[in-house]
Amino acid sequence: MTVIAATAPLIEADGLYKSFGDTAAVRGVSLTVRPGEAYGLVGADGAGKTTLMRLLVGALRMDAGHARIDGHDVVTDTERARSRLGYLAQRFSMYGDLTVAENVRFFGASRGVSGDELARRSAYLLQFVGLAGVEDRLAGVLSGGMKQKLGLACALLHQPHVVLLDEPTGGLDPLTRQDFWQLIIRLLADGVAVLVSTPYMDEAVRCTRLGFLHEGTVLREGAPRELTEPLDGRILELVAAPRRTVQAVVRADPDVEDVAAFGERYHVRVRAAAGPLERLPRALAAAGASFTALRTIAPALEDAFIALLAEGRSDRRHGIEL
Amino acid sequence: MTAETVIAVEGLVKRFSAFTAVDGVSFTVGRGEVVGYLGPNGCGKTTTIRILLGLLRPTAGSASVLGFDVQRDAERIRPNVGYMSQRFALYEELTVAENLAFYAGLYGRERHDVAERVGVADRLDMRAGALSGGWRQRLALGIALVHNPPLLFLDEPTSGVDPEARRAFWDIIYDLAAEGTTVFVSTHYMDEAEHCHRLGIMNAGRLLALDAPHVLKATRVAGPAWDVSAEPLLPLLEALGRVEGVANVSLLGDHAHAVTNVGTHDAASLRAALAGVGFGDVVVREAEVTLEDVFTALAGRRV
Repeated sequence: MTVIAATAPLIEADGLYKSFGDTAAVRGVSLTVRPGEAYGLVGADGAGKTTLMRLLVGALRMDAGHARIDGHDVVTDTERARSRLGYLAQRFSMYGDLTVAENVRFFGASRGVSGDELARRSAYLLQFVGLAGVEDRLAGVLSGGMKQKLGLACALLHQPHVVLLDEPTGGLDPLTRQDFWQLIIRLLADGVAVLVSTPYMDEAVRCTRLGFLHEGTVLREGAPRELTEPLDGRILELVAAPRRTVQAVVRADPDVEDVAAFGERYHVRVRAAAGPLERLPRALAAAGASFTALRTIAPALEDAFIALLAEGRSDRRHGIEL
Repeated sequence: MTAETVIAVEGLVKRFSAFTAVDGVSFTVGRGEVVGYLGPNGCGKTTTIRILLGLLRPTAGSASVLGFDVQRDAERIRPNVGYMSQRFALYEELTVAENLAFYAGLYGRERHDVAERVGVADRLDMRAGALSGGWRQRLALGIALVHNPPLLFLDEPTSGVDPEARRAFWDIIYDLAAEGTTVFVSTHYMDEAEHCHRLGIMNAGRLLALDAPHVLKATRVAGPAWDVSAEPLLPLLEALGRVEGVANVSLLGDHAHAVTNVGTHDAASLRAALAGVGFGDVVVREAEVTLEDVFTALAGRRV
């Protein structure tokens, strides 16, 4: 793999807008991804993740804004921008009745890689993604994880500096997902910039930097630790029953912002922990609930995302434009 | 939970020619429980559900649902079961109310309180096609509930919705469970699995464990978990993997996540072990054990 020496941003999006009819899918997104970064676009279906990716690969034309891949504008310099990027779509389309090696050759040809170089790259990448030894297997009979790895190998054939992965590990087991992420980290070590979309926090937490995408805008971005840091000491885990009583008592505490049930456990978001830690056990007992345990836990990305959504709502209530 | 058994599975096996999809699975689910099946695609989750619905015949073993044997009495199971799949079908051009009425009619029942229960009562006149993800999921749940089934199967019910909508959805599920509805959830996402009262870990057709998520974390993982930061990351992963007492290492963003055997390490001893192989600037913080740690511990590293 060539090591990319540049430090300039490899993905730059500046004020991107895209509407379909009267639906605004992407509403003013700006982001920058530098060499060696894995940027996670985290959001629900319909938040604008796939539209944003398709704008960046030049498959869709933005209504406003600019995007550059490795310095090349994706609209005015589409071919050069595309030559720098590898894209693994949500449904990677390969030829099920071709073998692994034939698929790689086919994709190589479509990317202008041929001859000795294709043979060399193909051997290297199949080794890299862990498919060496199954070159002659039909792609259609590969497991889900192997299919994704084949997709990644194909996306890397032309040595892109930028890799876009649209929900790459959906449906894979944690071990296979771990393997896949090891590959991504090795790309990062070579200086590649990676943009990954996902609706899942357990995936998002693997990225070096994240943007929470909601209704077409990035609510906040930062390293996972930066995003959860404001909630340090403010998430409590409560074990108590029954649920209706527990939720009513907890919500009535003046320092509680939110409570969510996880089976028979609750995550309670508080303004400050001291008061609730002292009050809640007594209040629960007084209400006739059974109380088992209450402790501070490390905030998760999900807690951070939910706190942001709640902040946005309260800002809107107070007439502040997001 | 409760004494009343709603699902009882004993030694269940399902083979498709040479492929064993379900490999000797046994478990029971009590009334009002929310039980999850966590595992990757192809691990046997859907096959198990199809057997429980009486749609597939097991190769060996037995299963009963709501007291009915899945082989002899399949016809009596299905009218008593609700099913919501990850790819549910809504009539996009019909309103919320029309969708509910259509499915209620299909079952020959009227369920006016369903809209209320799943929280779509103030959206009855909206076209289903105009609903956002979280509301679509609620409507799909409402449709699964129109015939008031005592047992509900949910297949990745909150995939692709934002975490707030996911939590709201689970509150509805907990209300149903508190009133006695039994809920069986299949998923391959940890975010969803965390919400179940009890969780089965499935891999390659086998049920590796079944217990409350916090019990799985406390009993199925070697010991405490640590977040370890140092550069460069890939060599750090390898070095950590070689440290005595480290049971498992994985990668989380810009740092490593390690599980150590009980009583072998604290933050200082991990730092010292890494300093011994050349990592100077190491930050170690105690971390929460995750369901992924549980899955990794149970399913093991394959070659």
